[in-house]
Amino acid sequence: MKKQEYVEYVEKRAKRSPILKNCFFAFVIGGAICTLGQAFLDLYKHLGVNEDDAGTLTSITLIFTSCLLTGLGIFDNIARVAGAGTLVPITGFANAVSSQAIDTKSEGYVLGVGAKIFTIAGPVILYAILSGTLYGVIYYVCTLIWG
Amino acid sequence: MDVFVKYLLAFVIGGAICTIAQILIDKTKLTPARILVIYVCVGVLLTAINVYEPLVKLAGAGATVPLTGFGRLIANGVKKAVDEKGLLGALTGGLGATAGGIAASLVFGFIASLIFSSKPKK
Repeated sequence: MKKQEYVEYVEKRAKRSPILKNCFFAFVIGGAICTLGQAFLDLYKHLGVNEDDAGTLTSITLIFTSCLLTGLGIFDNIARVAGAGTLVPITGFANAVSSQAIDTKSEGYVLGVGAKIFTIAGPVILYAILSGTLYGVIYYVCTLIWG
Repeated sequence: MDVFVKYLLAFVIGGAICTIAQILIDKTKLTPARILVIYVCVGVLLTAINVYEPLVKLAGAGATVPLTGFGRLIANGVKKAVDEKGLLGALTGGLGATAGGIAASLVFGFIASLIFSSKPKK
């Protein structure tokens, strides 16, 4: 096989990347996780928890489940099929934190787990806080101008 | 609202938000970590310009469970804190509103590292 033929062959194979299949599973599994979240939200509200706290409890429930499934090695199997379907919900954040913690414990609990637990969580929290603070400053200036 | 419609909207809109990220992963060179960062920032932005809140009214957990919902908590927390204490709120509101989720992730993640060991990747 000549080099040119090989390049064409690789491109042909690469084009078959199963984007439709990936999107289908991302949609179904991502949607299912959100629906599960809705069920927990309604359950907590039914138990008399106020709206804000019910939302927080829902997040905590999903985070706990993700950490448990990550530890048991089940999360990776779901994520391999679901792609963004498990990444984008809060489950992806919890998985990033717990998998880093588990994988780095051989490096010690301070510079291993302690530092690397933030490998993914750190950037997310940093840029969330930066954009939030920027919004806060802009909002504050707006309230000064327009009262 | 009819319970079935409520859950259907959570499913469809939550699924759609995930599908957008899947398209970004497949069609661009964005890594999952970058997708997460982009999603929180977009969540803050859309909440700041009052676009995200109507979506939450419509989709419930379909809009709050994805990481854009984390950005929404930050933006709403900052706004409330600025209303209460002025400019200081810009720094205190965001982490305050998301403290539960961040602390839970760190605590459960740490406990998981005590109990479980890493498994060989298949």
